[in-house]
This record gives sequence, C-alpha cells and structure tokens, in this order.
Amino acid sequence: MAAVATMPVSDLLKSFKLKTKQQELLIRVSILCLVYILAFITRLFSVLRYESMIHEFDPYFNYRTTLYLTQNGFYDFWNWFDYESWYPLGRIVGGTLYPGLMITAALIYRILHFLRFAVHIREVCVLTAPFFASNTTLVAYFFGKEIWDTGAGLVAAILISVCPGYISRSVAGSYDNEGVAIFALLFTFYLFVKAVNTGSLAWSLASAFGYFYMVSAWGGYVFIINLIPLYVLVLLITGRYSMRLYVAYNCMYVLGMLLAMQIRFVGFQHVQSGEHMAAMGVFFLMQVFYFLDWVKHMLSDTKLFQAFLRITVTCAVAVGTIALGLGMLSGYISPWTGRFYSLLDPTYAKDHIPIIASVSEHQPTAWSSFMFDFHILLFLFPAGLYFCFKRLSDATIFIVMYGLTSMYFAGVMVRLILVATPAVCLISSIAVSATVKNLTVLLRSKNKGVQTGSTKGSSSSKASSKALLDQSQPFQKNGAIALLFGAFYLLSKYATHCTWVTSEAYSSPSIVLAARGAHGNRVIFDDYREAYFWLRQNTPPDAKVMSWWDYGYQITAMGNRTVIVDNNTWNNTHIATVGRAMSSYEDEAIEIMRSLDVNYVLVVFGGVTGYSSDDINKFLWMVRIGGGVFPVIKEPDYLVNGEYRVDKGAAPKMLNCLMYKLCYYRFGEMLTEYGKPPGYDRARGVEIGNKDIKLEHLEEAFTTSNWIVRIYKVKPPNNRW
Amino acid sequence: MEGSRFYFFVFAIAILASPALSDLVLSKVDRRIYLTSHIVRISSTLKVENAGPETASEVLLAFPEQQAKNMAYLMATPHEGKGKVKKPVVALPVEVANPKDMPPALTFYSVSLPKGLAEGDSFTFDVLAVFTHALRPIPEQITQADIQLVLYQDSAYYLSPYAVKAQSLTVKLPDSRIESYTKLENTKIHGSEIKYGPYENLPAFSYSPIAVHFESNQPFAVAQELVREIEISHWGNVQVTEHYKLIHGGAQSKGEFSRLDFQARPNVRGASAFRYLVANLPPRAHSIYYRDEIGNISTSHLRGDSKKTELLIEPRYPMFGGWRTAFTIGYGLPLQDFLYESEGKRFLNITYSSPMVELVIDTLIVKVVLPEGSSDISVAAPFPVEQWQETKISHLDIDGRPVVVLKKTNVVPEHNQYFQVYYRFSKLSMLREPLMLISGIFFFFVACIVYMRADISISKSSASYLAKQQWEEAQAVIQQVQNIISRCLATHDKLEASLRDLYRTGDIQACKAARKAADGLLKELSKELKPLLTTLQSSPSAAQVLPKVEELVTKERELQEKVMVKHSTVVDGYEKKSGARDIENRVALQQQKLTALRQEVEDLLEFIDEI
Repeated sequence: MAAVATMPVSDLLKSFKLKTKQQELLIRVSILCLVYILAFITRLFSVLRYESMIHEFDPYFNYRTTLYLTQNGFYDFWNWFDYESWYPLGRIVGGTLYPGLMITAALIYRILHFLRFAVHIREVCVLTAPFFASNTTLVAYFFGKEIWDTGAGLVAAILISVCPGYISRSVAGSYDNEGVAIFALLFTFYLFVKAVNTGSLAWSLASAFGYFYMVSAWGGYVFIINLIPLYVLVLLITGRYSMRLYVAYNCMYVLGMLLAMQIRFVGFQHVQSGEHMAAMGVFFLMQVFYFLDWVKHMLSDTKLFQAFLRITVTCAVAVGTIALGLGMLSGYISPWTGRFYSLLDPTYAKDHIPIIASVSEHQPTAWSSFMFDFHILLFLFPAGLYFCFKRLSDATIFIVMYGLTSMYFAGVMVRLILVATPAVCLISSIAVSATVKNLTVLLRSKNKGVQTGSTKGSSSSKASSKALLDQSQPFQKNGAIALLFGAFYLLSKYATHCTWVTSEAYSSPSIVLAARGAHGNRVIFDDYREAYFWLRQNTPPDAKVMSWWDYGYQITAMGNRTVIVDNNTWNNTHIATVGRAMSSYEDEAIEIMRSLDVNYVLVVFGGVTGYSSDDINKFLWMVRIGGGVFPVIKEPDYLVNGEYRVDKGAAPKMLNCLMYKLCYYRFGEMLTEYGKPPGYDRARGVEIGNKDIKLEHLEEAFTTSNWIVRIYKVKPPNNRW
Repeated sequence: MEGSRFYFFVFAIAILASPALSDLVLSKVDRRIYLTSHIVRISSTLKVENAGPETASEVLLAFPEQQAKNMAYLMATPHEGKGKVKKPVVALPVEVANPKDMPPALTFYSVSLPKGLAEGDSFTFDVLAVFTHALRPIPEQITQADIQLVLYQDSAYYLSPYAVKAQSLTVKLPDSRIESYTKLENTKIHGSEIKYGPYENLPAFSYSPIAVHFESNQPFAVAQELVREIEISHWGNVQVTEHYKLIHGGAQSKGEFSRLDFQARPNVRGASAFRYLVANLPPRAHSIYYRDEIGNISTSHLRGDSKKTELLIEPRYPMFGGWRTAFTIGYGLPLQDFLYESEGKRFLNITYSSPMVELVIDTLIVKVVLPEGSSDISVAAPFPVEQWQETKISHLDIDGRPVVVLKKTNVVPEHNQYFQVYYRFSKLSMLREPLMLISGIFFFFVACIVYMRADISISKSSASYLAKQQWEEAQAVIQQVQNIISRCLATHDKLEASLRDLYRTGDIQACKAARKAADGLLKELSKELKPLLTTLQSSPSAAQVLPKVEELVTKERELQEKVMVKHSTVVDGYEKKSGARDIENRVALQQQKLTALRQEVEDLLEFIDEI
C-alpha cells in the first residue's frame, strides 16, 4: 500500500522536473527581470537621499515643456511661442526642441491616468530616465545575443544596468533627452544589426522607426547617421557587401530620413546639412555598387567589365564631388557646425566658440573620469575587441566600429562618455562571457571525466583519452578555478564601485546642495529654491530677470519669471550682451539693463559657503563671450599678469565691474570664518579687495540664507526735476 | 484721525435721529479689547435689565458698519460668575436683525435670551466678537529696520441701542510701547493696558471715538486662500492636505532687504517679519509633509505627544510685510479617531478650519473626499457655509469620488469647530479597488498566456513558418519518445524492485506476476513507439536528431532484453533453489553490462533533452 501511495508522488515530482532548456529559460528570464528591477532601483538613490525632484539645468526646461504639453495639448505645445525666455526675442519652443522626451513622458502620464493611476506629472518625469534605463538593459541583452550569444547578452544587460557612465545621465530626476536617447540609440543600432543579419525588410523598417524616435529625442542622432554609413562603407571595402546589407541600409536610410524630416527642429537638414552628407553619399555608392554587380553579372567579358568599372567609378566620384561642391558654394548645403568641428578637433571650441567651451561637460575627458565611469570595463574593452576580431562577422564589425568611434568621442567631450557606455558594456560583456564560458567548459569536462571514471569501472576509449589529456595539463583545472574567482572578484568590485559612485557622485540634484556639518550631521543648502520661490511669489508676474544663462531654465521653471537668456544658447549676441552688462561698470551696465527692460538681476555667489561653481568663478567666460561680440570688453583688463584674482591685488576694472559689486555687496562687513578678517571669501580663500561697495542704480532685493543667490532690483530712473 | 472724526459725525446724527427703541437697559457693560495679535477680539460682559412692562426675549447688539464688515465671528454665551466650575456652555442663538427706524450705518444682531425677561429681571451674558483686518498699519510702508505701528479705532463708549448705566473698557496691547492713544476723561494706562472708564448713565447710541496707535510685531499671517482636502480611506486613514496662499498682512516693506542685517540682528532689523508658523495637528498625526510647488521644504520641526502634534514650519524665506508665499502641508490621521457610525450611516467628525495658530483665512474651501460609492451625503456645520458637490478622480476610480465642498470667507481660529459629514457606504465597496488590481494583473497574465500559445503569424504558407511548425511537431514527437523511454526505464526499475523483493521474501509467484505485468507494459510501449518513429523518419526537420533518437531506441531495446535475461536467470535460479552466491555470480557480468547500458541511455536522453 505504501508503495502504491508513494508512486504518484514521485511521478508528480518527475513531471515537475524541468528540462534543461526550460531551466535555462527560467534562469535567463529571472536574471533579466532582476536586472530590469536593479537598473531601476539603483537610480533611485537621488530620491532617497534628497527627494523626488527634477535635477540640474536642462531638465527644468524639459519639465516645464512637459507640463505645458500635458496641460494644453499637443497642438498648443507644437505652436508654443514662449515669451518668458530670451526677452525681448522670445523663443519658438515647438520648432527649437527635440520633442521625443516630452511626448514620451506625456504619453506615459496619459496611459497611467487611463489605467486610473492618478500620479503627478512630476513623478512621471522624475522616473522616466530610470524606466528607460531599465528598457535599455533589455535592448542590451538582445543586442548582445545578436552579436555574440545569450550569455554575452545577459552579461551586457548586467553591466549596463549599473554602469556609472550611463547612470550619470539617468538617475531619477535627471529628466533629460539623454535619458531616453541612449535607449533609442541602442535600440536603433540593435534593429539595424538585426536587419543586416537577416536582410529582412521588417527589421530595417523597425530600425528606421527607431531612428525616428532617436531623432525626436536627441541631437546625438547625428552619430547614428554618420556611424551607420561608415559601417556600410567598411563592409563594402572589406568585401562583405551583400543583398542583406543593401536592403537594410536603403530602407533604413530612405525611410529614416523621411521620418526625421517630420521633426521641425531637424527639418531638411538630412538633405541640406554637411553633417548628413556622408549618409547620402554612401546611399548613392550603394546604388553604384549594386549597378556594377548587375553589370558584372550581365557581362561575361572581364576586360570589358574592368573598363566599364573604371569609367563608372570615375564618373560617379566626379558627379558626387561636383554636386557637393555646388551645394556648398550655393549655400544649399550648410557647412559643418561648430559643435561638429569641436568633436573632430578638441581645440576648435576653445579658440572659436567660447560659449561651447564654457560648459564644463564639453571639456575633454580626463583619464580619471574614464576610470570613474567605466572601472573594469576599461580593461575588458580591449579584451572584448580581441574576441570580436577573432570571430569577425557583420555584427561584430559593427560593435567594434561603434566602440572605437564612440571611445574617441568620449575622449573629446566628457558628456559623450554616455554614448560610449553601451558599446563599452557590450564589448566587455563579450570578453567576460567568452572567458567565463571557456573556463567553465574546461572545468565541466574535467569534472565529468573524473565522475565517469569513478562510477564506471571500464570506460570508453574516448573518456580515457580525455583523462590522458587532463593528466598532461595538471594545473589546468586549478588555473581555471583561480581565473574564475578572479573574474568574479573583478565583477563584484565593479558592482560595489558602481553602487558607490551612484550614491555618492551622481545622485545630487545640484539644486539642493548637501554638506557635512561640524558634528557630522547633514547640512542642506536649499538656497536656489529659496530664491526662485521668492521670485515667483514676490515679484510682479511680468518682471524680467537678468542672470547668467546657466540659471535661465531654472528661473523660468521654478521662478516663473521672464529671463533674458537661458540654457538654450541659440543667440550668442544676446548672451554676449548680458556678459557685457555683467563685466561693465554699474553706470554702463544700467544702460544695457534698461534697454533690455531688466527689473531684477540674479547672481550666484559662493563666498559664504565655499560653493565653488558660482558666478565669480564663471566670470571670465562672461568676459570672453561678451568680448567676442563687443570688443570694448577685453579680457586682460580683468586679469593681473594673466592671473585672475578678487583680492586687493585684483585689476581695478575687476573690482568695480557689476558682477563683482553684486556678488560682494556688503560682503566686506560679513564674518565668514573664525579667525579670518571680515569679507573673507571662502570659495576662493582670499579676503576681498573692494569692501566698500556702493550701488547706485540697483538695490538688494533678496539674498538667500546662505548668500548663494543674491537678487537685486533695478531702481526706476530718478525724476528729472 | 480724519476717518474717525467723520464717524463721530455720523453717529452724532444717528443719536439725534433715532428714538430709544425698547425698554431694556444695560445696567453694566465690561468690554475688553484684545489687540495682542492681528486678530482683534472684543469680549464684553453685558448685564441687561428690563425696565419696561413688556417681556423681552431678545437683545440687540449694534456694530458700526466699519466693524461689521470685518467681523468674522460673533458668539454670545450666558455669563458664569468667576470661580464656578466650568460647565459646557450653550451658546445663545445670534441672528442678523433689521429693526425698523434704525440708522443704516449700523448693523444689528439680535441675541435670543434663554427665557423672556419680565419687568425688573436682569440677565448677564458674554459676547465675543472677533474681527479681522481691523488693525491698520500706519505708516503703510516701512523699511527693514522700522518697527511696525498699527492703528486701532473704536469707541470709548459701548455703542448700543439701549441706555447704558455703567461701563468700562480695557484695551490690551501686545506690549507697552504705545505711539499714541486718545485721552479722554478717566483714561489710565497700566503697562500694556489702557483703561477707559468707568462711565455712567450714557444714553443710547453714545459714541466717542478712540484711536490707539501702537507697536505690534506679531505675525500678521493671512491666508488669502486655503484649500483643505480631507480624503477618507476606509482602509484606515484620513488624509488631510492643506494648500496655503499666505501673505504678511502688515505694513508693506520697502527699500532693501539686507540679509546681513537680518542675520546679525534679526529682532531689530526685521522685527516686523515672521519666520515661522505653528500648527497644532491632532494627536497621532503621521506621514507629515511640508512642500510647495517646486519641492520639499526642509525647514520644519515636529514635536508630538499624546494630546497633540505640534508642527513648526518655516517658510523658505522670512516673511516681511506684503511678501507672499504658498505651501502645502499634508498629514494622515487614524480613521477610528474621526469616523463614527450612527443609525446605519457613517459620519466624519473633524475640525473645520486650519490647525495654524492665529491665522486669518480670507477664503477657506474645505473639500471632503468620500470613498467611491458613497451615497446619501449630508453635512452638519456649526455655522453657515456655502456648499456644493464635486467629483474627484483618484487612484483606481471609475466614476470618481464624491466631494463635498464647503466654502467660507473670513475665517478665524474660533471657527475651528467640529463639523460632520454623513454618508452611506457599504463595506463591500471597499473590496472594489483591490479586486480591480487583482483582475488587472490576472488579465495581463492571461494575455501573456494567450500570446505565448496563440499562433499570430500572418503568412501561414511562408517557408520559415512551415519549417518552424514542422520543427515544433518534431519536438513534440521527440518529447513523446522521451516519455515512453523514461516509462520503460521506470518499468525496468520495477522489475529490479521485484527482484529485490524476491531476495527478501523468496516469493517467486509475486515476482513472476510482476514480470508478466512488465512484459505487457513494455509490449504496449513499444507498440506506441512505432508510429512515433515513423513520423520522425518522415519529417525533414528532425533529420539531424533522428540518428540520436534511433540510437536511443535501439540501446533501450538492448537494455530491455538484458533486463529480461537477468530477471529470468534470477528467477530460474530461485526455482532451482541454487544458492544466492551462485545466482549472483551468474548475474554479475550481466549486471555490469546493464549499468553501462543504462548509463548510455540516460546520457542519450539528456543529450536529446538539451537540443
């Protein structure tokens, strides 16, 4: 009886026993789910440390426009003329932004509301970047699977989920174009590689739509439209031209171009701008190639074909060059923009466009920040390249090219580390996956040999030969174990490094500053919001605020007041005018300010708290940008022997310019640090040079509790009698 | 001063014009005016006597138009002598009255007495009148360093339609710094108190304007609009969210705001500003937050005990005269403290006004959000409010939650009384939202299953689709083959078990029966296997697996034969009664082959499994 009773149970267990394939699927899916969640929650450090808020500068503009989009609908958003920025010029918002991010967030918001989750749009905006980071891990998995195998895909998903280079732009609250753009970029690449691998029209159509999304989301789409033609060119040169490639590229390029023209900010650039001409050239080259292929197929005589080839190629090149030359000369094709030049030549911006060079994220990357953002991936990257070259295919060629070009760009500009991150993760994952696979194969085969040897008395000849092989390399197994442990140690180090970097370096909203107090407690400087909220509540609704362009977006979004210039640096002259006002004497500046209808002037000052990224430290850029347009402003006037100082030895022009006065007004009476004279600037560590500052046309309207933001009111002109 | 003179003029006319209207006489009036905060409270004790023959049931209170406009709250209670144990006082009903032949510049309220006053009877009661915006800052604009001076105007005599026999007036000021005050006869000053009177035997409508100009640095916190949202969740929480739009209602600040001066001597350079507000929240308030449109405000402190929760909030910046701010505070309260049930109806019993101390609210809108599915809603409020209903769509709502909106203007802390909202709500409706969530997730999974199982390819005739389908079929067949093989193996195990039983018990018959059963089973299985193998052979997509499968089948057959041979050898041995060792010796060789074969079959199974 007992036997009868136990039988069904064991049967049941047996039927539940999963097959190896199912087990593998289960493990794979659960790993992917965990990675998906991990990628999301590791980006929530900023919410835990601070609060659910929008970070930094540009995200505030994006948030403001998203708010407008959800409140007024798509058509109003598309036709929005914003009077609150670039006074008195205004800004055509619909035509000067990449709407992908806002539309995505608004769509998520609508869907959630349709499903009856009454969330606030701010929460949606805050969590958009982490959500897309999670989606990126999935894309990385499929991409890795496409170029190598599932193992590499899984490793790629894990690596990219915590990679600091990506986290830096996708923490919760970092509501910026890059947040969705990296997803779109990788997705487009994946779809294109898939299209090249399969030659399927459907995949290449999908990649065209991926490209469309990317164009709608970020200006970095130029990278795609240049990398893909380059890749196609390399395939053509290496003799890997195939029908698959022809279908994939043509469909993707033609459709992608047409779709991209629907974005107003991009418009006809695909046919008119020099940056997009490479793609078009390669498109025509493809046609020539196809034509030649066909002719070769038709002509049996090789000599005749050679002659034909020579003529055709010469003609094609000549026609192309003439067309390009004519386009350039007639101005139909615009030349490369400064930003593009500065990518190719890192020193270009410094000499020609100070406004680009003044942004810290446009600086060339330091070696340390590579280490900071990639950690072990930096060493795994070459190893992965080795594996890729060992198993060269269309897909691996693509990832190698993506990796190498983006690495170069990452070296040119700090913010482009972001673009390189997916490639670095993918290539490194190939290294990790291939190494670990090789090692485990070694371990498993040996283990099996030992097992069969012990259980079976006599084994087949195959097993004995394997045993012989094992004996010939006695340290192989130990070596493999050691290497495996080494790999896991490195990977765990990577994980801890990433978590640490995320929590310490990349989770600060930079609106709220945190510092450690004297007793180890956490001190919060919430001065920015204090000032912006003061502006919002206590100034007339039509007041115009002048500040350096860095704070423009924040003032319009949080302070809800009109600004003269903002972070959309489209009008250099306007910015230079503000720079000129800031670097002139007060009575000259007041003329400029009156001509711009300025009511309030806002400066950021870190002398009391030791906050170093304040306006005094940015001041030389204002002088340079102002001087670039108005030669009255000369940089040497503000320097003493080429040195920038604010103390007694500073240049007289420096000591009396508007910016100096506004920052240090009544600061000379202030005791900032014990044992130091009054007027000791903690950000620069000197006692200021001009303590007796009198303002004639301006008066202090508000200063925040830690003096970080100071707002001055422009007095109305005196009566003339 | 100009204005007060004008009023005096008006009242002089009024006094001349109107006749004394009733036979009531106020035998004693004690007035105390509290100017200690920006809310002016006048508390008067009136002793009323009926001098006429008719029974009087109500007493008229008169207020000049200027005061009536600012009046926020008026309450009359029967007077209780000092030293008595305080009983819950029942307020006397007070109504707006429009008696005839009265000067139009006066507003009248009539207090109904608990019982009619017969001739010669007297009755004493207290009247508390609360006024907002009654202090006028003079000068109207001050700099950061100036102190804030305000002016208060009233009458030294109690303005009444009745003759007053004896009266006195006390004006209480926040501190003793007085800029100026009207000196009349019998005016005394006592620290921060000014006393007028006693005055005796004054006719009806006596009026003598006084003005007090004094320093007041009390917080002039005025909420221009406050929206309180009280949301009830029957899962145990009452969520209160209050949106304030605050202004400093005192003298406007002009000129510079110097942070340096303010930091160095906040009480001198910034005396008129207020830096914080205190809210007394109900006990057991939890999940308290304090934020505004642009984020969390970190400057707040919370202190709590069993009686109350005290929340001290600092606005982002010090509030100078005329400066505005806006913020939101929110907190959760335990449901059982505020929700009760009576006669099948539930009712919420919660205070009406803001928990802020000494706050004037110009417009107060209270929204009570009831759970979705509430019906039969009614409100009981202690004072007249404008009310209407709305709906609000919140999490997981289908047709929205009913919202009762109560609006009132000119609200002072005295209005912080309990009001009730009655409604019907069935307990089952509580399960609606969880069920919605559960069913949503359920349908999601169902959709996933359908997607996985359903064939949604468009072209059913494409080569790749057919190949895929064939491969799936082949896989299914291989799966069946595997099943059969493993069942065969199980049968072998059974046979082995029967042999072990034989060793133990020596029951040959049972062993033979087991053999017979196994034979039958194996025959059946091999019959089942045959068609499967033929389909596999015919399928092109299974070509590369086929040799392995065939190998598996032949190996298994071999194994089967071996097992049978072993079985019969052992059984024979038992039948011939040969010794156990003998049998074992005979079987040993077979056994070795058996294990080897078994191993191979299992390896093959595993291999096929991994494809």
